[in-house]
Amino acid sequence: MSFLDIRGVTKSFGDNRVIRGIDLSVEKGELVCLIGASGSGKSTLLRCINLLEPVDDGEIVLDGIDIAEPGLDPRPVRQRVGMVFQSYNLFPHMTAVQNVMLAPRRVKSRTPAQLEEPVRALFRRFGLESHMDKYPDALSGGQQQRVAIIRALAMEPEILLLDEITSALDPELVGEVLDVLRQLRSDGMTMMLATHEMGFAREVADKVCFLNEGQILESGTPGEIFTAPKHERTRSFLARVL
Amino acid sequence: MKPLSLALAAGLFASVSGAALAAGNACTAGKTLTDGKLTVATGNPAYYPWVADDKPESGKGFESAVAYAIAAEMGFAPGDVQWVRTSFDEAIQPGAKNFDFNMQQFSITPEREEMVDFSLPYYTSAMAVLTTNAAVSNGVEPTVDSLKGVIWGADANTTAVPMLMEIVGPDRDPMLYGDNADVTAAIQAGQIDAALFDLPTALYLAAVLVEDGTVLGQFPADRSDNPDQFGLLMEEGSALKPCVDAAITALTDSGKLAEIEAQWLQEATGVPVID
Amino acid sequence: MSLPPQGAAPTRRAIYESRLRRRSNLIAAGSTAVIVAAIILLVPLAPGWEAVKKSFFNGSVFARTFPGLLEAFLLDIAIFAWCAPLIAVLGLAIALCRDVRNPVLFPLRAFGALYTDIFRGLPVILVIYLVGFGIPGLGLPRPWNSPYIWGSLALIVVYAAYVAEVIRSGIDSIHQSQRAAAQSLGLSEADTMRYVILPQALRNVVPANMNLFIALQKDVALLSFIGPVEIFRQAGVYKSLMANFTPYVGAALIFLAVTIPATRYADYLMARQRGQR
Ligand SMILES: Nc1ncnc2c1ncn2[C@@H]1O[C@H](COP(=O)(O)OP(=O)(O)OP(=O)(O)O)[C@@H](O)[C@H]1O
Ligand SMILES: [Mg+2]
Repeated sequence: MSFLDIRGVTKSFGDNRVIRGIDLSVEKGELVCLIGASGSGKSTLLRCINLLEPVDDGEIVLDGIDIAEPGLDPRPVRQRVGMVFQSYNLFPHMTAVQNVMLAPRRVKSRTPAQLEEPVRALFRRFGLESHMDKYPDALSGGQQQRVAIIRALAMEPEILLLDEITSALDPELVGEVLDVLRQLRSDGMTMMLATHEMGFAREVADKVCFLNEGQILESGTPGEIFTAPKHERTRSFLARVL
Repeated sequence: MKPLSLALAAGLFASVSGAALAAGNACTAGKTLTDGKLTVATGNPAYYPWVADDKPESGKGFESAVAYAIAAEMGFAPGDVQWVRTSFDEAIQPGAKNFDFNMQQFSITPEREEMVDFSLPYYTSAMAVLTTNAAVSNGVEPTVDSLKGVIWGADANTTAVPMLMEIVGPDRDPMLYGDNADVTAAIQAGQIDAALFDLPTALYLAAVLVEDGTVLGQFPADRSDNPDQFGLLMEEGSALKPCVDAAITALTDSGKLAEIEAQWLQEATGVPVID
Repeated sequence: MSLPPQGAAPTRRAIYESRLRRRSNLIAAGSTAVIVAAIILLVPLAPGWEAVKKSFFNGSVFARTFPGLLEAFLLDIAIFAWCAPLIAVLGLAIALCRDVRNPVLFPLRAFGALYTDIFRGLPVILVIYLVGFGIPGLGLPRPWNSPYIWGSLALIVVYAAYVAEVIRSGIDSIHQSQRAAAQSLGLSEADTMRYVILPQALRNVVPANMNLFIALQKDVALLSFIGPVEIFRQAGVYKSLMANFTPYVGAALIFLAVTIPATRYADYLMARQRGQR
């Protein structure tokens, strides 16, 4: 049994069947990349795993527990599953460090004194120590996205979901955020990443899944997907983005 | 609407029929709003015993009867008297008036006299304490000492306010209201214990409007330095004033005024005096 | 509007704009002067002016009544001072009722909607009469039947409905993604509201709420209908005793002395907020 097992998950918005039966497993320490055209359901799948969207059917088994069970309290799950968004979604009325400390304080009842050291270490590690007390609008996009990642990491999640976290960035800022992911990968963090950065996916992914109209059309190692795609659709998608 | 159309109709009538039918005496000629007619204003609504059934045309009720007596004295037949309704504010606002005189228990005061004209008084009223039997059984007594301690109310548009301060001097600030109905509502809600009115109004309110109401007693008019005397209100510098005053003097001298008072306000005589 | 760097010669645009500004200042000043002059010169020519002046702008009446009006205004301020915080609290509570997402709490949501519909749909004076006379009429003992209590309550429930709507619009103005980010971190609904949504929402609606509280300052005068002798009623008493409307003009001046600065300040906040966007 894998760390995360997704079995037969479906999700519709009204008549729009966005996820049409997805099976996917993620091992501990793996980095899985979701690729696919816009609207193929990448974000929705990640939001379902974080329980921001209730799934219609199927199971999502995290470490032996089915978190897709209707009526389950989502909050303990979300503490274990971190999420980073395309548009950073920092809280604009709080400084960077307040953004990071809010959830550990409220959800895990940590005191600022307890958090001071580990949080500072995270900021230092990702090169943001001098920006801790700045408000988001005083930070560049790349810095904001790194703060958002730190914010998710401060909850010590077991798996991190990253939804096109570089798409809103100027090209010269993409690198600094991808560097963070490289570091996390070498730390052994389990991650699922929806991305349009094919180069990066090819370089670091353990597994690449190609989503098409709410289904995983094919998945495999970066080598399998990028050099020898089996499906015509995968080929034409890659031809367009590469 | 009604007073307006009435006035309009009357105006038409007057202009058609011309001077031949003009009423009034030598004094009033050319001094009324409409030649040959006397336009009298009352309140809206007008309360008993001043006007019976809110119908001033009936001649019933003290002020209505006095108005017709004055009119007769000035040479106007009852048919030449027409009525309009005004609020207190309309009565005192600057600009042309729509009445020859206005009669709704206006107290004559020197301050008011600077702004408008008053006739000689047609009635001198005692002030009376309106309360409820419940308040009385809770210990409100007809003594100034007892009355100092209660919560007072009054109609803000009347001279009851300064009278209250002068005669009783309550411990707590009184509550003031826009009209009699609101004072009544406050008594009913138990928010005030007593309210000061001119005696006839107090009697009427106690009998008709205030459930369980009663008049605790009266402060005779001579109790105050400025007793509550009612006069007809006229436009400042009104040419009609001498004619009205002459009429009132005549009615007073002939005993007619006292007669009307006895007819409509006789209940006011039996109310105990507060020491 | 960008200023030229210090010490540098003004740019062509700066010169053009300052010329334009000078011209519009001239026009504004000129037209104001003409209108004021017309009022000062022409109004006294009106046949009724002497009478109006005597009844509305009577210097001696003003001097005699103004101190009493100022004193009565203290009651307006006191009523405002105890109503305002309660309005803020109740308004917030109603806004939160209207925002609950849990389907189990639907009745709360419906209550919030009904509440705002009813109290925004009624004239304030009507509520003051009904609550101020009606509820004490049920037979409450002193001091619980005081018109101060129930009149204030009437103001509070009405204004809370407006404040609730303003706060709700502030909550709605916060993008869904903020809620999603907070929830993805495991924050509860309540914490999400308290630490993430509300601080932003409330800041956004400060100017709108300021305007409501300016309106409240004026509507406090309506309490006079059920007894309290605040400035409006005091002016009415003077008016009645002196058969002169000047006390109302005095009361108007006192109101303006408070509301104009407050309105300017609210406008300033509003403009500053637009600038920040
Ligand atoms: N909350 C929602 N309500 C209704 N429809 C939604 C909602 N969220 C997503 N959808 C629809 O679901 C489909 C998949 O959207 P999704 O955001 O998952 O795609 P995506 O693969 O992430 O695309 P992109 O690369 O543009 O981010 C789209 O058709 C979208 O319109
Ligand atoms: Mg997406």
